[in-house]
Amino acid sequence: MAQFADKLAYLQYSFVQNALIVGVLIALCSSLLGVTLVLKRFSFIGDGLSHVAFGAMAIAAVLQLTDDMPLILIVTVFSAVLLLRTGQNAKIKGDASVAMISVGALAIGYLLMNIFSKSSNLSGDVCTTLFGSTSILTLKKSEVIICIVLSALVIAAFIFFYNKIFSVTFDENFALATGVKAKTYNLLIAVIVAVIIVLAMNLVGSLLISALIIFPALSAMRVFKSFRSVTVCSAVLSVACALSGIIISVIAGTPVGSTIVAVDIAAFTAFALIGSISGGNK
Amino acid sequence: MALLTCRALSLGYEGKEVAGNINFEIEAGDYLCIVGENGSGKSTLMKTLLGLQKPLCGEIITGEGLRQKDIGYLPQQTDVQRDFPASVWEIVLSGCQGKKGLRPFYSAQDKKLARANMEIMDVFSLAGRCYRELSGGQQQRVLLARALCAAGKMILLDEPVAGLDPKVTAEMYSLIEQLNKSDGITVIMISHDIEAALRYADKILHIGNEIFFGSKGDYLSSSAAFASLKGGDA
Repeated sequence: MAQFADKLAYLQYSFVQNALIVGVLIALCSSLLGVTLVLKRFSFIGDGLSHVAFGAMAIAAVLQLTDDMPLILIVTVFSAVLLLRTGQNAKIKGDASVAMISVGALAIGYLLMNIFSKSSNLSGDVCTTLFGSTSILTLKKSEVIICIVLSALVIAAFIFFYNKIFSVTFDENFALATGVKAKTYNLLIAVIVAVIIVLAMNLVGSLLISALIIFPALSAMRVFKSFRSVTVCSAVLSVACALSGIIISVIAGTPVGSTIVAVDIAAFTAFALIGSISGGNK
Repeated sequence: MALLTCRALSLGYEGKEVAGNINFEIEAGDYLCIVGENGSGKSTLMKTLLGLQKPLCGEIITGEGLRQKDIGYLPQQTDVQRDFPASVWEIVLSGCQGKKGLRPFYSAQDKKLARANMEIMDVFSLAGRCYRELSGGQQQRVLLARALCAAGKMILLDEPVAGLDPKVTAEMYSLIEQLNKSDGITVIMISHDIEAALRYADKILHIGNEIFFGSKGDYLSSSAAFASLKGGDA
C-alpha cells in the first residue's frame, strides 16, 4: 500500500500533470467525431490518416526538420480531404482508397526512415511512432500549449457545427437537396479528423488511433439512443478511459497508448453487456 | 406559370444517357406519379429535380417563387439510417437545417414547425423514441415530417411504400393524399406500383422506351400504359 501511495505521488510532477491534461483533451476531441465516422462507414479513416501522418513524420525526419508538426499537419489534412471527398462516387471505392493510401504511406515512411536514418536504434524509433511512446511524459511546454489550442478549436468547431454534422451524417442526400452545403461540411469533418489524428499520435501512436476514435462511440451506441446522448456519453467515456489508462500506466509502468486502448476495450465490453441486458439493441 | 417545368431534359451519368427528351410541367396542387421500368431513369430524374446531379442537357425551370431547395424529399432509406442512434425529434428538426445557413442552433420557430409537422404525421408521441426501433411505417412518417419541415409547397417521394405491408401501405397513401388535397402540397411520387399511381395521382409521367406525360385518363388509353400494364411490370 505504501508503494502504491509512492506511485501516486508521481501525480504531483508537472510532467505527469501535462500528460494528463493533453491526454484528456485528445481523448475528448477524438471521441467527438467517432459517432459520425462510424456511421459514415469511415471507421478506418483514422488508421489510414495516421499512417499518412507516419509517412509525413518520416519525411520530416529525413529533411531534418526540428519542428515536424506543421508538415505532418498539412500532409494529413490534405490526405483527409482527398479521402473523404472521393467518397462514394470515385472509381476506387472508399475503403479501398483508404487501404491503399494507408499501407502505401506506411511502406514509404518506413523505407525513407530506413534509407536515411542516422539513428542507431531504428526499430526502436519506428516502434515508438507506431505504438506511442513515453513521449507524452516528456512533453515540452510549447507542445502542451499547441495541443490545448488545437483541442479548443476542434471542440468549438464541433459545437458550432453540431446540428449540421448531424444532418450530413444522417442523410447526406436529403441535406444536399434541401440546401445544406453538405460538401463543405464533409470537408470540415475531414479537416477536424486530420487535426485530431496528428494530436493523438503523441498519445497512442499511429497504429492505435482508430481505437481512440471508434471505441467510445461504439460503446455509447450500445446503450444510448439519441445522437446527443451518444455524443455526450462517448466524450465522457473517452475522457474517463484516457485518465484511468494514463494513471494505470504510470503506476504499473505499462506503455501509455496500449493501456488506454485496453481500458477502452474493457469499457466497450461493459457497455455491450449493459446494452444486451437492457435489451433493444442488436 | 407552372411551379416546375422540364424542357427537353436528358439524364445520365458521365455523359451516358439513361433517359432523354423528357418534357413535363407541374402546376401547384398537382399529384404527379412517375412510373417506368427498373433502370428507366426514375431515380436519376428525381436526383436531377432535387439538384443533386446536373442534367446532360435540357433545363429545369422553377416558377412561382419555388426554389430548388424548397422541395421536400422523402428518400429511400439507406443502410446508415437503419442503425443510426437518433431520436425522432432530432431527425424531424434536421429538416429545418437547409434554411439555417451558417446559424448554428435551431430557433423556437424551427421547433414549432417541427412539432406541427410531427402532429400532422401523427408521430409527436414518438418524439423521444429512437428512430431505429420504430416500425417501417412509423419511420416513413418521421421522414415525411422531416421533408415537410424543409418544404412548404412541394414534396418528392421516392418509392414511399417500399417494404411496407399492405395495411401500412394504404395508410401511407391516404396520408399523402391528405397532404395533397387538404394541405395543398404538390406531390411528385416515384412508384413501382402502377395501380396505386392510377388510383391517387392526377398526372402521370411514364419514362422508359416510350415517354408519356399527361393526365391519368389520357395515360390509360396511351400505348405506354398498354405496354407496361400488359407486360405486368409492377
